[in-house]
Amino acid sequence: MEANTRGTGRLPAAFLTPGSSSFAEFLDAYRPELLPARRTPPLQPVTIEAPHGTTIVTATFDGGVVMAGDRRATMGNLIAQRDIEKVFPADEYSVVGIAGTAGLAVEMVRLFQVELEHYEKIEGTTLSLEGKANRLSQMIRGNLGMAMQGLAVVPLFAGFDVDGGVGRIFSYDVTGGRSEEHGFHAVGSGSLFARGALKKLYRSGLDADGIVQVCIQALYDAADDDSATGGPDLTRRIFPVVTLVTEDGIRRLSSDEVGAIVRTVVNARMDAPDGPTAPLT
Amino acid sequence: MTTPFYVSPQQAMADRADYARKGIARGRSVVVLTYADGILFVAENYSRALHKISEIYDRIAFAAVGKYNEFENLRIGGVRYADIRGYSYARNDVTARGLANVYAQTLGTIFSSGGEKPYEVELIVAEVGAAPEDDQIYRLTYDGSVADEHNYVAMGGNVEQITDQLKRRHREGLSLEEALKVAVDALSRDGVGEKRSITASQLEVATLDRTRPQQRKFKRLVGGQLNRLLGEVEPTGEAAAEEGAAEAAPETASEAGEE
Repeated sequence: MEANTRGTGRLPAAFLTPGSSSFAEFLDAYRPELLPARRTPPLQPVTIEAPHGTTIVTATFDGGVVMAGDRRATMGNLIAQRDIEKVFPADEYSVVGIAGTAGLAVEMVRLFQVELEHYEKIEGTTLSLEGKANRLSQMIRGNLGMAMQGLAVVPLFAGFDVDGGVGRIFSYDVTGGRSEEHGFHAVGSGSLFARGALKKLYRSGLDADGIVQVCIQALYDAADDDSATGGPDLTRRIFPVVTLVTEDGIRRLSSDEVGAIVRTVVNARMDAPDGPTAPLT
Repeated sequence: MTTPFYVSPQQAMADRADYARKGIARGRSVVVLTYADGILFVAENYSRALHKISEIYDRIAFAAVGKYNEFENLRIGGVRYADIRGYSYARNDVTARGLANVYAQTLGTIFSSGGEKPYEVELIVAEVGAAPEDDQIYRLTYDGSVADEHNYVAMGGNVEQITDQLKRRHREGLSLEEALKVAVDALSRDGVGEKRSITASQLEVATLDRTRPQQRKFKRLVGGQLNRLLGEVEPTGEAAAEEGAAEAAPETASEAGEE
């Protein structure tokens, strides 16, 4: 299986051969069966429902970027999981959120995390934010066969660009096509509604607290109109995962912090169910 | 046709060991020691880019002396081993003991095979535990032998003097500043026990800090942070007085003499 069960127990020659700093490329040469991209797609489109993750929102502010995700995974019309996590730290300065087939997406994130860490350890320096975004592109492209058979993974990538000193957002399509988004973006089944809310509420000059509030409002609107997106679960105290990336690195807000904002938002909706209104002009 | 000379296995092994040992003794030394919050690595290293100390995995770090290309190969092999293991099992399943075993097998096989030249390296694999008593330090030599070390260890040139110094000064529960001072003092002893001065720019320093909130406990101490740590511990004022005037005075004299 791993290195020390083969042959004499010494590191195999492949391990000691100078080569790529990429973990995925090393795996491809040494243990290709561990790579998600090497999996054979099913011949027919998959009709059995696998759990799907839904809405992820992200927005930049002066000094960083925020990403937040709801907690619902659905299997057809059923709720598969109420407390799934869909926003993950990719490394110290970047975060990745996933929508689509949850099982494949979580695996892709795991590989992506090891990929970034591996590069950092081998090279002694981190990849640029663009470099990380491109690496993720290639991994999505590797999943294209699966995507065509109905098992798509669509991540959203955001991070703090240490060189430029700003938060940046990258979105993807199922073929690995990458585009940089400015200000805010959302992916997943509830993203249409979330994006509408973001468009009305987002403005430059907001601080981190303000942006977190905008993201929670957007997730509320997504859950309001999309059955696959979970609203804040006040009875079970399951709140969205909210992650903040700044110069100081990545920080996931505690359940108490998010809970407080969620309660304010929900209370305000008691009077105005459609949320804050934007001026007409 | 000449008849090949007969060399006894004892002689062959002794020659190989001698060869490796000489290569290692030429290098500048590395010191690894425990302190209250974890494990401290200090190397005398003039290069900013070619590291003697590096991160392997969450709680595991690596230090080496000897031939750079050889230990760099082993380091990369170790990172690949750890990352594959962590990726295919779980992060907790990557241990210093497992890694030390793989390195021992690798070095042992190379040393005893007739075809390859022995590696001129000495390695340390250390893992920081949740509590000081769980800290592990393994020292591996060119022939694949492994030693389970406690509290402190030195390797490279001058190990006797350095180890002597560590033995006298090291105790459990040192603060980071104190441990760094002990390590730098030990490293600055030369072959005959004289003291040189080593500045921050000649040092490579890193810690495995169990109090770090991140999953990855490895941290390099560089720039201002290292200067601050070293500055506070320079043997001036109170610190020098504690050391005793008898020891401090000749050192100052010899340093002044060199300049």
